[in-house]
Amino acid sequence: MSLDAVLILVTYACALVFVVSVITRFVKIARLPVHVRWELYPVAHEKGRAGYGGSRLEELDWWTRPIRKSLLGEMKVMIPEILFLAGVRHKNPSQWLRSFPFHFGLYLFIGTILLLLGGGLAGALGADFGASAGFFTGLIATLTPVFGFAGLGLGLIGSIALLMRRLGNVEYREYTSPADFFNLLFFVAAFGVALIAQAAGDADFARMRGFFAGLLTGGPHQAALGVTPLMAAAIILLTLLIAYIPLTHMSHFFTKYFMYHDIRWNDEPLIVGGRLEAKMMGVLGLKPTWAAPHIGADGTRTWVDVATTNPTDAPAVGKDAAE
Amino acid sequence: MSYKRVRVEDISKPARDLSPTPTGELKPLPSPFDKQDELPKRKELSEAAREKFECDLDGTVVLSHPKPESPEEERVLVEKFLSGLEKLFQAENNWTFLQPLLLSMDHCARCHTCSEACHIYEASGENPIYRPSYRSEVLRRLYKKYVKKGGGLLSDFRNGRIVLNWKTVIRLAELAYRCNLCRRCAQTCPIGVDNGLIAHEIRKLFSMEMSIMPKELHEQGSMQQMKVGSSTGMSALVVKDNIEFIDEDMTDLTGMEVKTPWDVEGADILLIHNAGEILAWPENPGAFGVIFEAAGLSWTLSSEIAGYDSINYGLFYDDAQFARVAIHHASAAKKLGVKKIVLGECGHAHKALTVIADRVLVGDLAVHRESALTTLEDIVMNNRIQCDPSRNDFPVTLHDPCNMVRNMGIVEPQRRVLRKICPQFREMTPHGVDNYCCGGGSGFAIMNGHNFSDWRYHISGRKKFEQILNAFRDELDPSIPKYVCAPCSNCKGQLRDLLDYYGVWEKNRILYGGLVELIVNCMEGVKPGFIEWEWH
Repeated sequence: MSLDAVLILVTYACALVFVVSVITRFVKIARLPVHVRWELYPVAHEKGRAGYGGSRLEELDWWTRPIRKSLLGEMKVMIPEILFLAGVRHKNPSQWLRSFPFHFGLYLFIGTILLLLGGGLAGALGADFGASAGFFTGLIATLTPVFGFAGLGLGLIGSIALLMRRLGNVEYREYTSPADFFNLLFFVAAFGVALIAQAAGDADFARMRGFFAGLLTGGPHQAALGVTPLMAAAIILLTLLIAYIPLTHMSHFFTKYFMYHDIRWNDEPLIVGGRLEAKMMGVLGLKPTWAAPHIGADGTRTWVDVATTNPTDAPAVGKDAAE
Repeated sequence: MSYKRVRVEDISKPARDLSPTPTGELKPLPSPFDKQDELPKRKELSEAAREKFECDLDGTVVLSHPKPESPEEERVLVEKFLSGLEKLFQAENNWTFLQPLLLSMDHCARCHTCSEACHIYEASGENPIYRPSYRSEVLRRLYKKYVKKGGGLLSDFRNGRIVLNWKTVIRLAELAYRCNLCRRCAQTCPIGVDNGLIAHEIRKLFSMEMSIMPKELHEQGSMQQMKVGSSTGMSALVVKDNIEFIDEDMTDLTGMEVKTPWDVEGADILLIHNAGEILAWPENPGAFGVIFEAAGLSWTLSSEIAGYDSINYGLFYDDAQFARVAIHHASAAKKLGVKKIVLGECGHAHKALTVIADRVLVGDLAVHRESALTTLEDIVMNNRIQCDPSRNDFPVTLHDPCNMVRNMGIVEPQRRVLRKICPQFREMTPHGVDNYCCGGGSGFAIMNGHNFSDWRYHISGRKKFEQILNAFRDELDPSIPKYVCAPCSNCKGQLRDLLDYYGVWEKNRILYGGLVELIVNCMEGVKPGFIEWEWH
């Protein structure tokens, strides 16, 4: 089996692990039982009120008023938060100096992959990226190394800066597990090797585009220029890293959706006879097993039974009685 | 900062105090309270208490848990904890908060952004165990080691070291009561991790599995409330008597006939006060009566069990107790057939019944609930009573109760009222959803065992005290009376104790009170002088 074929197999396997891990985890979180309301203000979709943190609960007879949600309001918060880490910049500027290049480098790296996929597809279809390149292929050829070097460079700087802070600052070091150090080292290694590999043997990313063309056609494409050994090492490191990320706490890149939309901004009120009430009836039928005597849970009584029992009516047992 | 370093795994070590907070480390207060040697001295924890109870955290104690007397007792404690820990992550036991808890367990980046937001961490001079993420990290490591699949041998590598022994267990329980659950830290977390929630969940584990909880919240709180009707101990008969006295006082004080209606079927509004108001600040429910009568509202109080006491301490420590009390409140309204419940000036009662109970009150228990602040705004801003702001021409600032503001988004109604009726209203810095907790949140205001009240005055309440002094920075002279408007019973309890402890009335003439008192104080057609400055 050729090196190209091995790399293609590894890439497919890692991409599969990434996709399956993200989907599995997404579905698992989405299927967790409905929880009680636990919003935190400002709630970004509160139309006309998000600016100061207000809610519809400020209105007289609020349940008679139409719910006014603003998608634009959410965008105004989410876009700067995702792209520029606005929260960290505002609340923890010294960490932002390290975290921002790391994250923005990742975004540019994702952009590079998309450009390579586009370029690879075009290449597989016979497009020319040389002297007679068209507008779009020319644009791809120009942007790919810009995104690539900027992304890998910022990612490398950011991951080294984050690693240095965790090593050098005792407050951070004490909260950093060996696995956290490993994760950062993994980024440093993957970005570092990729940066050197591209700079040394594929500065215009043409070989890498060829590799992506091979990926998309299921085998080494005839137009593939062949990757250098250093590029091969970079591909293996980067694809393993991509597969690894959703298995760690770094999966916050997508679980953050739940943390904002399902919790922090979830202000959906219960409407009698509505969808939410039906869900609630399901969880209220669950049977708790908490052992404290005042709960009165024995595994056969439901939450409705427990919640509608006045613990002072029945003679208490155990510690409750002793007190 | 000269605290010794305390690592997460140190929680299991057999030190006398894991990390005490020396007075010299506390963040200095603004003038004229900036000279530490002129301030009241903090009480030390007695040796008798240390002898009897497990107190090896920080030199104070809330739970008064007896020391285990044998290795067998130690083992049982750890086993029960592990059983509770497992249940905390099971849908049938903790559907109420499972998704938020799991996400907070799995996604902390340990960036410490939350630390800067915590008033307790800041006021203590950065005691490492008061970092919001400290207790969370202890629970996180325990969860990943003992509950989550794949904990095993690699857990220390993946998640960091942790040793589970009885010291870990009891210190973690105590640590859950060094957080006001104000969620200011959660608001600053860029990922959405909620350390306030984690403290809440730890409290639940100990209460719901191990019957370890503060007696002020449980025996004297929710249990008493469900037994006699109110956590104050007042039965329906007693509360009616008290309200009758208050009505008479209000009639004398205002010159307006006030008679509080009880158990009126079909009234528009069931008003539920924090019953502590009736005993500690009778002018508050009295002022509500004056305003509601003057505005011609159709309203009533209820004499049902818990129907006259909006307190729901279960919010702070126990889901079952929480749900039971919330159901009592809704049932009282349902029985009277009122159109809505209006919650008096009590922050946690607001959040408990309006937001947290929202999905528990299904079917015919889903009675509409509303904040008194919006009711009052409607009355004042729509001129349903006439006000003369010149009667309130003294410096006024507003304390934002976390539960009403950051946790419910009720920010402007109280401000619109104050801007209209208080010519010298000024904000604290910061305010609104960025406010700081009074330091009495999550039940601390009623906890005074051992030397814990001193901890409240010196540490958890320090930031709020600083904010109050700064709000009146240019008028601290005692010749100028000043008013901190705190529309929350629990916050008022903390402010009462805090201002009294530092002698602020005598030195600076700063009074605290609710919003309704300010409204009645400026009502036309009512005798002037409702706020009795000297009777504080």
